[in-house]
Amino acid sequence: MRPVRIPVTTERKRSVRRAKYGYFLAFTVPALAVYVLFAALPLLNSMYYSLFDTDGEVARFVGLDNYHYLFTNPTTSERFWNALVNNLEFFAIHLLVEVPVGLLLAALLTSGRLRRSTGLYRTLLFIPTTLSVVIVGFIWRLIINPLWGLVDYPLLGNENTALPTISLMSVWQYVGIPMIFLYAALLAVPHDVLEAARVEGAGGWTTFWRIKFPLIAPQFGLIAILTYIWTFNGFDLVFALNGSAPGPNYSTDILGTLFYRTFFGSSGQLADLDLGATVASVIFLIILVITGAYFGLLHRRLRSYEL
Amino acid sequence: MKTSSERAGTLVVHGLLIVFAVLAIAPILLIVVNSFKTTPAIFEHPFALPTADTFSAAGYERVFQRGHFVANYRNSLVVTVGSTVATLVLATLAAFALTEYKVRFAPLVGGFFVAGIMLPIRLGTVPILKTMISWGLMDTLTALVLVYTAMSLPLAVALLMTYFRSVPHDLKEAARIDGAGELRTLSIVLPIVRPGLAAVASVTMLPIWNDLWFPLILAPSQENQTVTLGVQQFVGQFLNDYPALLGALTLGAVPLVVLFVVFSRQFIQGLSQGIGK
Repeated sequence: MRPVRIPVTTERKRSVRRAKYGYFLAFTVPALAVYVLFAALPLLNSMYYSLFDTDGEVARFVGLDNYHYLFTNPTTSERFWNALVNNLEFFAIHLLVEVPVGLLLAALLTSGRLRRSTGLYRTLLFIPTTLSVVIVGFIWRLIINPLWGLVDYPLLGNENTALPTISLMSVWQYVGIPMIFLYAALLAVPHDVLEAARVEGAGGWTTFWRIKFPLIAPQFGLIAILTYIWTFNGFDLVFALNGSAPGPNYSTDILGTLFYRTFFGSSGQLADLDLGATVASVIFLIILVITGAYFGLLHRRLRSYEL
Repeated sequence: MKTSSERAGTLVVHGLLIVFAVLAIAPILLIVVNSFKTTPAIFEHPFALPTADTFSAAGYERVFQRGHFVANYRNSLVVTVGSTVATLVLATLAAFALTEYKVRFAPLVGGFFVAGIMLPIRLGTVPILKTMISWGLMDTLTALVLVYTAMSLPLAVALLMTYFRSVPHDLKEAARIDGAGELRTLSIVLPIVRPGLAAVASVTMLPIWNDLWFPLILAPSQENQTVTLGVQQFVGQFLNDYPALLGALTLGAVPLVVLFVVFSRQFIQGLSQGIGK
């Protein structure tokens, strides 16, 4: 005999509804606590600390003095603007090389002309992305080292070529990210739309630019803004190659290395946590303003094409 | 049947992809191959495979003598596995609750997590540093696990929410009517979201293993160094010892490449879904 199921009473339903809040809190609070304590709150606290001047144990509220100092002291302001301009160049090279090449690779992978080889190409092309930035930096430094003789020009030793060289190393490593991301977006383009285009006699080139690309424009925009966020958070590659005062003559200094140098100190520069928090807050604002503008103004327009 | 222009198009696609694949792989192979050669062979014939005359593993010997690779690997493993497991457990609980209990502020909490995907966590390093100092966690692996778990949770929660949404409602109701508690209900639906757990695990591990920033700041001492930091420091010290350098780089790179090739399907799934949401 099968056991008879007891019908759920309204009484039980009500207590379940009440218990819902309890369960919701019990299940989300552990994750929320870690996320808030070690990610969200520190970002806010950075701004808070930037308003203080700490001397030993005593923290004195100084308002915007740290910001004033950062932008008016000749050395710190020169370093800041230099790092900002370098960072813009670092970002521009990623935007102009990494994103388009990623798009090209994604387009090739979804061109419908490959069969079983898609997976193999996808994996091979993504391998550099899985490496540590430190390793990528040294692999390329060895390869382009004039000592080895494959390249006989000291690309990293010249103020004009050092930053583009480092940027291209980073592009080499991370091109897999826009590739995979746009590849997934292109796979989602409905089959019947493409079939209709084919029946109409549209070639591969026309189909891509007239149909596929407009449909993935939101993802293209998103990867561009993510590239912006990531490059303005850059640090590892420059630090691994050139240390915390990246030469020659600060020509490869970006905001990440400036931030590190400010709060951690380096040879010839004392660690200053308050000023470090100030630099972090400025970088955060730079990221926030552009990202906010993107989502507020551009992203919705790109989505208008979406099916 | 294919026309000749279609065949030419296919050839161009393959040709371009092969060029890019070679560009991606050749530099890594160059390092691995040369790490097994003697110093003169490295400089004279960088593109040649090692022969009986030019083969040498002396670089690796020096790496193991002077580096601390065994300890570095252990630390990286502890930190990566610890953070990944913590992320999986916490994110599973949170994502289940966010999709299951339709309480009023659930969308708000969900949005708060999703916003974190784009958050540049490193910019909060100064307060993190102060917290770790006051909690006595400076220069410990625990500090790294806490920060990496916090860093990984937003993407993990967002990803797992999409998987939990696809779980049939009837299954959970049936479990509850049979008297299963909420945790038991969660464990019953867990097998259905297993692909999601695999995707989360693979996208969580990689950035943690490869990070340089937090090990440098929160756990820099020799006994707590991760592989990434260990390689960075080793290379800084042995700039002129090419075989040792190449050996260290190979040791740092190969495990991840192997891991990625094995799990590439889960990884790519996690990545492409993660940023899309």
